Amino acid sequence: MSGLYIHIPFCRRKCPYCDFFSVSGTVPTEYPNLLCRHLEQAAASGRWKKPFKTVFFGGGTPSLLTPSQVAQVLEKAATLFGMSPGAEISLEANPGTVTEQSLRGYRLAGINRLSLGVQSLNDEQLARLGRIHSAGEARQTCDRARKAGFDNLGLDLMFALPGQNRTGLLKDLKAYLDLAPEHLSCYGLTVEEETPFAHRHRAAEFSVPDEQVFADLFLLLHRAPETAGYSHYEISNYARPGFECRHNLNYWRRGEYLGVGAGAHGFQAHGYGERRVVANELETYERRVTRGERPDVRLESFDRRQAMAETIYLGLRTAEGVSERLLCERFDSGLVKAYPAAVRRCGDMLVCDAGRWHFTVEGWLVYDHLISGFL
Amino acid sequence: MGNMKQNRIRNFSIIAHIDHGKSTLADRLLETTGTLTDREKTDQFLDKMELERERGITIKAQAVRLIYPADDGNEYILNLIDTPGHVDFSYEVSRSLKACEGALLVVDATQGVEAQTLANVYMAIEQNLEVFPVLNKVDLPSAEPLRIKEEIEEIIGIEAIDAVEASAKEGIGIHEILEAIVKKVPPPEGDPDAPLKALIFDSWYDSYQGVITLVRIMDGTVRKGERIKLMQSGKIHEVTQVGVFAPNPLAVESLSAGEVGFIIASIKAVHDAKVGDTITHADRQADKALGGFQVVKPLVFSGLYPIDSSEYDMLRDALEKLRLNDTSFSFEPENSMALGFGFRCGFLGLLHMEIIQERLEREFGVDLITTAPTVVYHVTTVKGENLAVESANMLPELQLIEKMEEPFILASIHVPNEYVGAILSLCEEKRGIQREIKYLTANRVMIVYELPLNEIVLDFYDRLKSLTRGYASFDYEPLEYRESDLVRLNILVNGETVDALSLIVHRDKAYSRGKDLVAKMKEFIPRQQFEVALQAAIGNKVVARESVKALRKDVTSKCYGGDITRKRKLLEKQKEGKKRMKQVGNVELPQEAFMAILKVKEK
Repeated sequence: MSGLYIHIPFCRRKCPYCDFFSVSGTVPTEYPNLLCRHLEQAAASGRWKKPFKTVFFGGGTPSLLTPSQVAQVLEKAATLFGMSPGAEISLEANPGTVTEQSLRGYRLAGINRLSLGVQSLNDEQLARLGRIHSAGEARQTCDRARKAGFDNLGLDLMFALPGQNRTGLLKDLKAYLDLAPEHLSCYGLTVEEETPFAHRHRAAEFSVPDEQVFADLFLLLHRAPETAGYSHYEISNYARPGFECRHNLNYWRRGEYLGVGAGAHGFQAHGYGERRVVANELETYERRVTRGERPDVRLESFDRRQAMAETIYLGLRTAEGVSERLLCERFDSGLVKAYPAAVRRCGDMLVCDAGRWHFTVEGWLVYDHLISGFL
Repeated sequence: MGNMKQNRIRNFSIIAHIDHGKSTLADRLLETTGTLTDREKTDQFLDKMELERERGITIKAQAVRLIYPADDGNEYILNLIDTPGHVDFSYEVSRSLKACEGALLVVDATQGVEAQTLANVYMAIEQNLEVFPVLNKVDLPSAEPLRIKEEIEEIIGIEAIDAVEASAKEGIGIHEILEAIVKKVPPPEGDPDAPLKALIFDSWYDSYQGVITLVRIMDGTVRKGERIKLMQSGKIHEVTQVGVFAPNPLAVESLSAGEVGFIIASIKAVHDAKVGDTITHADRQADKALGGFQVVKPLVFSGLYPIDSSEYDMLRDALEKLRLNDTSFSFEPENSMALGFGFRCGFLGLLHMEIIQERLEREFGVDLITTAPTVVYHVTTVKGENLAVESANMLPELQLIEKMEEPFILASIHVPNEYVGAILSLCEEKRGIQREIKYLTANRVMIVYELPLNEIVLDFYDRLKSLTRGYASFDYEPLEYRESDLVRLNILVNGETVDALSLIVHRDKAYSRGKDLVAKMKEFIPRQQFEVALQAAIGNKVVARESVKALRKDVTSKCYGGDITRKRKLLEKQKEGKKRMKQVGNVELPQEAFMAILKVKEK
């Protein structure tokens, strides 16, 4: 399984709760050409498995690319590496940045899965989150996406928003389900340090729900009868059967992926694995790619113990969990043998079903606490 | 010739409170006399251990020979004997002082005299040393040399009017100090031809040469190749080298009466060459040993357990290595239900305990959980057995105890006037018995109390410091054992008694201690995915309870391709910060929880 991640580190403007690296403004016209050069280098190196089974345009705001730019990059990737039949090709888009026309264009360019950064269908919350779209625009965008031919639509939902209670969340959830998305990503709002949001939070302009409320809302999402048709397949992700995001599953299964674009991460599985990162400064990226230098550097490489820990760290985020047999085959040791204290520490929040270890939903709520035992 | 040589020797030590600048002054003396070249200069040459430098205290004694051409045209040998500077090591100090004829009393011209200094000054005066004051840090704007001189005269009763005013940091007054040493400190006495009597004032183990003893020759002469006898241990060895530190080791042909230096004699263990022992010739023995030898006994005990139980052997090896150089601490294997295999260790005092723990962690890389310090209780059982109880877990069942005794100490506390009230109520709270309140000057007071040592080893010192904003200083000496009504206080974590948390406390205090202790532990125990119940119990009776609420939410919600490394490293870093945790049952307890009793503030 090999994936391709294409990073578009540009946003029209930064969201006040976001601590990710991105450049405000438009995408430089040269950028898609750089992505193509980068792909050519990666193909020439022979380090990456062909064909790609998944492609993901992420950001930033990838929908700042025009359909023809997307097509250009996808064609280049397909020519150089090939695409598996039925490859999942996703694009993240913000409701405020797409039109009926551009959506049709993306679909024609080959995008077959759209992930929309809706965040909320409550205008008051959207304004507080500093999003550039309204709930109405979000609904309209969904509608247009369907019309453009997208039959795999994912929506982002933020919960634990300032002042939100069970009723508020249920209302928001119902509005989401009315749009019948194939996929839902539900993120609890976390106030990341050094964001404008954090400053406003400190200045007591608003308060976010406490831990107990957060837990209630998380469990509410998990148990809501309306979401019964969706499986909670990762801490923050829900999907109708068969619509789990394969590109992301590959991350959690510790599969290979090539990252292109300034600031993109990649993972090579040789040995016990190696994580790489591309220079995130646009000028450096441009210079390296134009000169034919490898634009990415090694971020870290793994020995057996580290690889095993990371396999568990990633695998236990998912409902499918980690296979005991796979651990034994790959790392010569099962979970209990390698981490007796960490397993004991998890108590009944870690279970083994049919040879696979996974956290209970209560365990997911304290994932950071539990997983640190394995690191 | 002996006399001529002796007349040109001065043996002296420096007495100073922590931070009053002893080490800096010593460095200046070494530099000024050319003993230390620029190339060799590292700050605080005498404090060799990393730990000594960091804490600004001296743990081991040292002796350095300085050659000083005095203003009178003669060249003098000045032996600077550096002494440990803490009450835990007062026996070592007394032996070091015995090797000297004089002492410089270094007083910070901005601070004045402190109790710890006083204890050492009195010890020096008792041993008939010529004590003369030096005011340090006179360059600071807040220096009050005149007032401090008066204070020295009033409190200590030695003349201070012509005390040298110096600044070790700025190199002021160093020449004057050297001249004062030559003029004021008497030359050593002793007969170089008499039977050998050499006082050991420090000894340590060197893996190449065996034990190196630092000695002051009181009588006689010692040479390489001679057979010597250690009068306490009774063992006989052949001298392989005699020498001096200048400051690097320098072999000499002989050391004779009045001189200070080292003797190496293929002695295998420090245990055989204890501080205070007398070295004599095997074939021409001195009629009796020098007085004052004591076997120092540990006063404070605590359990040391490796956090990772696989490091048990490593810990034992490390303890054995440390013991090679320190006969005053003891250890024996101990088994705790909660903490597994570890050691019960005995120390001279709290500072000694902290030093050993820190060295184990730093120099030997063992991560430790340390249990709260305790003293040795004497228990008489109904069957008439006498037990020395070093740990709450060794205490027999209540109905089997006939009588219990606890050690008392005599504490001398020095404070400015305005803190007297606070100190008195602290001492009363700590079950103290007042002996004396003495006004040393118009605003400096010495308060003397008899106190149970078990109250001291808990939080007395910290309380004292915070109550007086650091202005109190404190010194103590052991008294006898006294009968006392003591009980065992147990701590239960999620319903299970954790043996390593049990304490022996006075019955009158058991209830409030238990209450305060679980409240304090609650602050230290991080939340876990379930609620943690904490209870304090005397026998089967629960006297206090608290709970650490369950962790409800601790989750990274996004972890995609670009987040994997960063978020994992963040978790690893957080975990690193929580390294000193021990899993007891299914609860993780941090080191602080085991020491929580030290942080309890009584009302």
